[in-house]
Amino acid sequence: MTNSIEDIAQDSQCIFIIGSNTTEQHPVIGARVRAAKRHRGAKLVVADPRRIDIADYADLHLRHQPGTDIALLNGLMHVILRERWQDDEFIAGRTEGLEELKAVVARYSPQVASEITGVPAEDIEEAARMMAENRPGSLLYAMGITQHTVGVANVMSCANLQMLLGNMGVAGGGVNPLRGQNNVQGACDLGGLPNVYPGYQAVTDATIREKFESAWGVTLSDQAGLTVTEMLGAAEEGQVRCLYVIGEDPMVSDPDLNHVRHALQKTEFLVVQDLFFTETVQFGDVIFPAASFAEKEGTFTNTERRVQRVRKAFDPPGEAADDAWIIAEVAKRMIAQGAAGPSKAALHAGWDYGSAADVMAEVNALTPIYAGITYQRLEEGAQLQWPVPSEDHPGTPILHVDKFSRGLGRFAAVEHEPPDELPDDEYPLMLTTGRVLYHWHGGEMTRRARNLVAMYPEGLVEIHPYDAQQAGISDGQLMKVASRRGEIVAKAEVTDRVEPGLIFATFHFPESAANFLTNPALDPQAKIPEFKVCAVRVEAA
Amino acid sequence: MGLRDQLAIPRDVIATVKNPEHRWMAVCRGTGCSSSASAEVRQALCDELDARGLSDEVEIRRTGCFGFCEAGPIVVVHPEETFYTHVTPGDAEAIIEEHVVGGKPVEGLLYRDIATDTAVERWHEIGFYGKQQRILLSNCGIIDPENIGHYLAFDGYSALEKVLTEMTAEEVIEEVIDSGLRGRGGAGFPAGLKWRFARQTQSWPKYVICNADEGDPGAFMDRSVLEGDPHSVVEGMIIAGYAIGAQDGYIYCRAEYPLAIRRLEIALEQARELGVLGENILGSGFSFDIIVKEGAGAFVCGEETALMASIQGERGQPWPRPPYPAVAGLWGQPSNVNNVKSYAYTPRIIIKGADWFKSVGTEESPGTAVFALTGMVNCTGLIEVAMGITLREIIYEVGGGIPMGREFKAVQTGGPLGGCLPKEHLDTPVDFDSLVAAGSVMGSGGMIVADETTCMVEFAQYFMQFVCDESCGKCPPCRIGSTRMLEVLQRITDGEGEEGDLDEIRRIARGMEQGSLCALGQLAPAPVMSTLLHFEDEYKAHIEEGCCPAGSCRALITYEIDPDLCTGCMLCARKCPSEAISGEKREPHVIDTDLCERCGLCKEVCRFDAIVVN
Amino acid sequence: MNVTLTINGKEVVAPEGSTILEAAGLADIKIPTLCHHPDLTNVGACRMCVVSVEKARTVQTACTTPVAEGMVVNTESEAARETRKFVLEMLLTDHPNECMTCEVNGECQLQDLAYDYGVTWPEHSGVLHAYDIDPDPNPFVFIDRNKCIVCGRCVRACGEIQNRDVWTFAQRGFKTRLVAGADQFMLDANCESCGQCVAYCPVGALFDKMSLGLGRPNQVTKVRTTCSYCGVGCTFDLNVRDGKIVRVSSAEDSAVNGLSLCVKGRYGYDYVHHPDRLTRPLVRAKWLANVESKVETGQWRAYDPDRPISDSESLVETDWDTALDVVASKFTEVKETYGNDAFAVLASAKCTNEENYLFNKFTRQVLGTNTIDHCARL
Repeated sequence: MTNSIEDIAQDSQCIFIIGSNTTEQHPVIGARVRAAKRHRGAKLVVADPRRIDIADYADLHLRHQPGTDIALLNGLMHVILRERWQDDEFIAGRTEGLEELKAVVARYSPQVASEITGVPAEDIEEAARMMAENRPGSLLYAMGITQHTVGVANVMSCANLQMLLGNMGVAGGGVNPLRGQNNVQGACDLGGLPNVYPGYQAVTDATIREKFESAWGVTLSDQAGLTVTEMLGAAEEGQVRCLYVIGEDPMVSDPDLNHVRHALQKTEFLVVQDLFFTETVQFGDVIFPAASFAEKEGTFTNTERRVQRVRKAFDPPGEAADDAWIIAEVAKRMIAQGAAGPSKAALHAGWDYGSAADVMAEVNALTPIYAGITYQRLEEGAQLQWPVPSEDHPGTPILHVDKFSRGLGRFAAVEHEPPDELPDDEYPLMLTTGRVLYHWHGGEMTRRARNLVAMYPEGLVEIHPYDAQQAGISDGQLMKVASRRGEIVAKAEVTDRVEPGLIFATFHFPESAANFLTNPALDPQAKIPEFKVCAVRVEAA
Repeated sequence: MGLRDQLAIPRDVIATVKNPEHRWMAVCRGTGCSSSASAEVRQALCDELDARGLSDEVEIRRTGCFGFCEAGPIVVVHPEETFYTHVTPGDAEAIIEEHVVGGKPVEGLLYRDIATDTAVERWHEIGFYGKQQRILLSNCGIIDPENIGHYLAFDGYSALEKVLTEMTAEEVIEEVIDSGLRGRGGAGFPAGLKWRFARQTQSWPKYVICNADEGDPGAFMDRSVLEGDPHSVVEGMIIAGYAIGAQDGYIYCRAEYPLAIRRLEIALEQARELGVLGENILGSGFSFDIIVKEGAGAFVCGEETALMASIQGERGQPWPRPPYPAVAGLWGQPSNVNNVKSYAYTPRIIIKGADWFKSVGTEESPGTAVFALTGMVNCTGLIEVAMGITLREIIYEVGGGIPMGREFKAVQTGGPLGGCLPKEHLDTPVDFDSLVAAGSVMGSGGMIVADETTCMVEFAQYFMQFVCDESCGKCPPCRIGSTRMLEVLQRITDGEGEEGDLDEIRRIARGMEQGSLCALGQLAPAPVMSTLLHFEDEYKAHIEEGCCPAGSCRALITYEIDPDLCTGCMLCARKCPSEAISGEKREPHVIDTDLCERCGLCKEVCRFDAIVVN
Repeated sequence: MNVTLTINGKEVVAPEGSTILEAAGLADIKIPTLCHHPDLTNVGACRMCVVSVEKARTVQTACTTPVAEGMVVNTESEAARETRKFVLEMLLTDHPNECMTCEVNGECQLQDLAYDYGVTWPEHSGVLHAYDIDPDPNPFVFIDRNKCIVCGRCVRACGEIQNRDVWTFAQRGFKTRLVAGADQFMLDANCESCGQCVAYCPVGALFDKMSLGLGRPNQVTKVRTTCSYCGVGCTFDLNVRDGKIVRVSSAEDSAVNGLSLCVKGRYGYDYVHHPDRLTRPLVRAKWLANVESKVETGQWRAYDPDRPISDSESLVETDWDTALDVVASKFTEVKETYGNDAFAVLASAKCTNEENYLFNKFTRQVLGTNTIDHCARL
């Protein structure tokens, strides 16, 4: 997030939620948004194909077709430019590329946008007016924006809108992705990506590489690695022989699970480290029992870049051990066997850490955005949002205050592109996927929390009464959903939360995981799969 | 030519109404008379006129309440003002035949004076009306409340015209302050000052709110005004809106007043049609409109902050003050809340002037007071008297004294949150300050008379039960304190009072008075404390001697039959609901005290005073 | 704009529009409260915070009365203390005498105030509420209306913080009763099971059902940590007793969330102690030597009792040394044979920053590849 939860809750005059089921997926933020709307009079615009809970609180619900976000956003910008509601001062001082943007959005009149998105033109006009008249406004998004073949373009389009309105770098503004998992931010920040070292330092940058080479005492690869979806493909093809999966369950969370299964089966040596015997674990050659969050020390970084402590409350059960110890043991043994020979002279070559704080000290030394985030400060109660470049830096609650990281913010005009797979005669319905309030991600944890299961015991597929009637399916009845890649059987929830032609499924339950159906088509840049749109057909099971 | 003259005013109606020779009959269609079939009376009168072809010569007019409700249904024949009581549809023929056609009053329908047992022909000769001074109720019984023309005929909306054309808002407030009008909701705060505070708060919108949530048991003062003269309230509110700078008004009326609500809605609609309500009133540029909000029957919603919470759609519970409504009221905006009567006085004060108003009543409490007089008096009903009249005058002259020559014991003013005054205080003048000095309050207008047969502990218990039922439950002193207080009183009237109970009562009373959030809780102990102050001996008799001196508390009395007086008529035995009385015909009867439930029915029916209470 | 007032003889400067309670707070003067909570609107219901204000007819609630220039306040006047005592006495006349077994014993504001004011549980012959205990079938929120003091904090928490308006009061006077919706079950009344009502309850009227009987405040150790579910980053206290989480309690000083949590954060913790937890390293038999003898001597064990050890694909519960060596050796062998590109690591969005740093270091330093990713996109 460019901004903080607090300033959005307190200062936003208009909150625009697109592609985020906020009250179910980020309930505490969702409640703050509802409060801003109800008690502070902030405007709330929700764009989502489904009538999600937060839509019931909105001033305006734009119910666009899945995969038409760019057309909708361009339509909004068209109205803003037509009415001269843009923030000229901000645009002149802080951005570049407006002319290019103007040229593109000129083609997206409300009527054109309406034809593509299915949102009435007058609602597009009204939403644009609401955003223009109520500034600063913040834009919140989640996977509904990113999990598309045009995910990157979607994000750029969100940024275009906010720059056009001058909503960047101010309290109550910003482009704010709500991160789905507890430490997905931290995993990105600390090098869990194939193209960057910790702190988003590119592996292809020689100066950076040299810094890490001298710190770790080895020669490092100058080639970016493979992304999740690519590595599974490589495993299937035999190029990747050893796969080490830590705390992940690709057999639930990745697209096209039949394909994932095949890849895992083909992998020569699969090491899995987890709390439970997950769907992925069943393919493992070696399985390490790991510690839960309550059984280890460390930090998580939340969606607003705030680094917070995780503390150990008790020992892990049995012989389960924390991930840091396990990985250090594997590293030490491999080094001992000569698999790598880090120079002893290098300051951070070794693997003997006394505590999580020691690891953080190494992070401080090598990661400029985390340089000032020390355990001592955290224990003293400091609230630190990166970048924190030094120990006396108070942290950065709002990004891009006086300038963007690249200097001027660039309007990157983007055109609407339809999703990779659209309904046709054979697969006439559109499937979109997501999560529900009572479960989380692959469900490995929530399916083992007894009362969450009591509340929501099995996967349901939402289908509109019209489609249900056409297919002869009634509420609570088992239905079969099939795509070109696979099929699932689950109970139907007949509801007008979805519109005719659209069905919705979750990936919380292995037996009805939507990812047997989803399309692995990727965004060419971010390599993110198009979970939010694929074509399916349904029948009573 | 005034603004009013440009309006489409029904001039013929006004002319007729004002004609002193006009032959018409008022049929009371207040709630009391309506419930005893005055609608049918009216229909019967119309039918009789029709049958004789006299419909065009005699107007039958529905009017508001005359106040003398126990004598209803009431029909008054004008212009001579012949006052008929207890009229039934069957009497219509006689009234038309004998009076209208024959020119002679129907003797049997006239009111008979209690003291002299003679028939009284004219309205204003009746003792009940003798000491009354009807300013606020002047239109009640005269005009048709559903016809704006009638209101216009009696200077209706001319105060509004005067305000809009000749006066600044500040001058209006000045006039009201100058008149000394004090809020008729009970506290008696100067109405004009309240308006000024609301005017001074620099925040818009502002609201004018009329408190028509009259909830005192037995009280119907506001109801009668709303039912009999709704436009006077509407006009007063519009003037208040002009004075404080508001465009929106709310009348919060309890849903138990369907007739009042209906007449208000009709009045508002007619006022809008005429152009004295709504956008750009009388072309002055000033706009004001009114919404009627129905309450759901909670006494506490008569408390102004609870009332506003209720309008906002919240649970009807009071907010703490300060901030006062004039600063932050409805929806957090400056609001002026006044009682129905306070608004209804306003147009009259504007037209006749502050000095006229001050000429009525006392210096500190100018004007009149309206009471619902009930309890142990001969004539009960709605009365309007000049401030300063004594309690004795009200009870013995207007009310006609205590029935059956029994002894006066006390009078409760101020309703369930007021206090009682014993006979030593009978000469107290009735005004805001004198009543407080004597240990009671004016309240919004309930007046209940107790006589020697009333047990003052039971009397207090009755009011505490009311408070228990009506406490909103928000603050512990009232929510729990009232229940604990009631438990002590219950114990005492059950004959199970304990030593220390009086101290316990005083302790709880102090806690409630000091700690409660709103006036309901703070004043709830008042009836108990004033009865304890004046009748402590009666409490002590219950606790220490196990007896109820008034012979009223069922647990403490027994009924016996005096064999010397009993004639054996068997009436009591037949009436006894628990079959506790036995005896042969023409032989003295006996009461089985084990079976007797002490309902007192036998005593009521006995024609020989043979039933004795011990 | 500031105003100057006097509280207990001390001159206090407070911003215009602040309440007496807030002004007293600035001067470190403590006024007892019960229905007040800094996150919620002030309603002046409980009357505990009454203070004497010069020229005021009655005592005033400090939580609602705005300060005024020259105001003279006495927070410990006889009238104020007497009123507080009376309020406590009244509340206790309608409160069960169950501190001995009450879940919140030691963390109950009513109990603390009764102690401070020396008010004991009164014997009396009057009525006492006898509502059904735990009448709502929802799995999360335990309700005991007999302990409810009608302060309305749950009502306001639900309406103002969570904005679901599940709670309200029905009836009035002594019969005033906390109800969900139109006297429905909570889950039928728009409830999303966040438990905010429990967090804001000052007494034991609302409590976490999953934690009943598992440990009272003085019996647990509170460990402040960060939630393991979504990215909001709520922090809370794990209430630990005998090595088990018995409750999750939210904390006012949590920077992100204050007392708020969602159903998963507050009630989804029991997976930690689920019997499905993996507790020993597992290795497929084919990667092990001497499996049968080690199993026979009890050093190792078959993971799946129904699958014979002789099956090379069967999983064996081994020891750490063995399992780590199997991995290290295999990785070393593959690296030597096929090079660095034969490896791929999936790091975890559920692991800590420090762990992710180490996964990254391991992948790049030891395995020599940049092929590390996690499910950020999934």
